[in-house]
Amino acid sequence: METRDLRLDGNAIGGLLLEVFGVDMTAAPSVCASCGSREAVARLDVYVNAPGVVVRCCHCEAVMIRIVQGGGRTWLDLSGTGCLELG
Amino acid sequence: MQETPRVRTLTLDVPGWPGHRAGQHLDVRLTAEDGYTAQRSYSIASAPEDGVELTVERLDDGEVSPYLVDEAREGDRIEVRGPIGRYFVWEASDLTPLLLVAGGSGVVPLMSMVRHRASAGGTASAKLVYSSRTLEDVIYRSELDELAARGDGLEVVHTLTREQPEGWTGYARRIDPELLREVAWPASARPRVYVCGSTRFVDAAADGLLALGYEPQSIRTERFGATGT
Amino acid sequence: MVFSRGFRGRRREGPPDRVPPGQYLTDDFPVLSAGPTPHTPLEDWTFSIQGGAEPVSWSWEEFRALPTETVTVDIHCVTRWSKLDTVWEGVSVDTLLQAVEHDASFVVAFCDGGYTTNLPLEDVTDGKAWVAFGYGGEPLEPEHGGPARLLVPHLYFWKSAKWVRGLSLRDEDEPGFWETNGYHIRGDPWQEQRYWGD
Repeated sequence: METRDLRLDGNAIGGLLLEVFGVDMTAAPSVCASCGSREAVARLDVYVNAPGVVVRCCHCEAVMIRIVQGGGRTWLDLSGTGCLELG
Repeated sequence: MQETPRVRTLTLDVPGWPGHRAGQHLDVRLTAEDGYTAQRSYSIASAPEDGVELTVERLDDGEVSPYLVDEAREGDRIEVRGPIGRYFVWEASDLTPLLLVAGGSGVVPLMSMVRHRASAGGTASAKLVYSSRTLEDVIYRSELDELAARGDGLEVVHTLTREQPEGWTGYARRIDPELLREVAWPASARPRVYVCGSTRFVDAAADGLLALGYEPQSIRTERFGATGT
Repeated sequence: MVFSRGFRGRRREGPPDRVPPGQYLTDDFPVLSAGPTPHTPLEDWTFSIQGGAEPVSWSWEEFRALPTETVTVDIHCVTRWSKLDTVWEGVSVDTLLQAVEHDASFVVAFCDGGYTTNLPLEDVTDGKAWVAFGYGGEPLEPEHGGPARLLVPHLYFWKSAKWVRGLSLRDEDEPGFWETNGYHIRGDPWQEQRYWGD
C-alpha cells in the first residue's frame, strides 16, 4: 500500500457528513477559508486513517474540516471552511 | 455469488429501501457479540431498477471484507446506512457521451451505471475502460461481454496489467495518457467522465485525461482506500 | 443493535499489565496520517527549541552527532491498537533540553505539515521522551514520521508527533492539533484519557 493511497476524497465521508449535517453533503459546494477555492465536498482531499477525519483543500492543502467521534460525542471544526452550501 | 476468487456479490434485502441512483454507496456496519463494531463503505453494484447488490473485494488485512466475502451466509444480518452520494451519480436520461474508467474493484459503481443504462434504455454513447491485474480478476466479465455485444452504443476496453492469457491482443499495461488517447473520445466531444479505483489509479487516469484537454469539472472521481472504503 | 453472526474483527486481546484498557494488539504498524507526507531534504532539516533564554537549533549532522539511545517500548494509539516491544533509536529530549536555559512548564511540538501537540514538561523529561530517527534497526520511514519524530510512549501515540521539527517552550499548556478537536489534553492510556473531560 502506498502512503498516497491514504488520501481519499469527500465521497468517503458521505455517510459521516450525513450523520453530522443531516443532509448528504457530497455534492455540496464548499469554500476554502485559506485560498478561496470553491469545490464540491466530494472533490476535497480526505484523510480517514487518523484519530479523526481531516478534510483538506484539494488546491492549497489547508485543513478545511476536522471531525472526531468518540465516547458517544462528536467534535466538528469548520474554521478552515469559509462557507458550506447545505442545500 | 462469487465473481472472482476474491470478489463476491451479496444481494441485500433492505426493509424500507428508498431506491438508489447509479454510483451511490452504502455504509456497512458489523457488530460483534461483545459490541465491537467495524464500518466500511461499499458501492452498490446493481442498477436502480434491480434492488440492492454489493460487490465486495476481500482485502488480505481487511476487517470487514473477509467477513462479507468468506463468512456471510444467506439470512445473516448487517446494518447499512444510505444510499449515499449526490456527486458520483449518473442518470440514464443524460445524453452526454459517457466515459467510465475503472481500476480493479473501482468498476463496481461504474457497473451500476452500465446496468442502469441497459435497464433504462439509455442512449448516450458509453465507453468503459477497465484495468485489472489478470483476466481472472475481471469482475462481471461475461456480463460486460454480453452488454457490449448488443451494439447499443456501449464499448468495453480491458487492460490487463500483470498477466495476460496466451493470444491476448488487448492492452497489457497500466492506464496512461497514450492509452486514453487511443480509446477515449477527444476532449471536443465533451464527455462526462467517472473514474473510480485506488487513489493512485484515479490520480493517474485523471491526469491522463487532463493531458488530453478534458475540463477538470467534467471528470468526477471516487477514490477507494486501502481500508476497503 | 444488529449483531452479525460470526463477526469478530481482527483484534487480539493482550496481557492486561501490558495493554491498557480498551486497546487491542496489532502485529503490523498502522500508518495514520492527517495529511500528505512531508519530504524535507536532510540538508534543509533543522530541529530547534524556541522560547528559552536563547533559541537553539541543530542541523541534521549536528543532531546525529548527539548521544543516542536505543529503547524498547510499548506504544498505544488512541484508535485502539497497541504494539508491544517496539525498538527505536533516538536522542533523549533531556539531552536536547540541556542546551537551553529555561523555566517553562509546557512544550508544544511543531512539525512539517503544520501538526502540533502539547505536553507538560514533566512528560518529556527524565528519560520519558526522545526525538527518534530509527525504528526496528532501520532509518525511520517517511510514512512513520521520518526523518525524525517525537517519541513519548507513555502517552497515546498522537503525542509522538511525526515529522517533528522542534519544541516550543511555554508557560501554559496550549492544546495542539487533536487536543483542540476533542482529544484529551494529556492522553494517559492507563487512565484512558482519550477525549475532553475523560
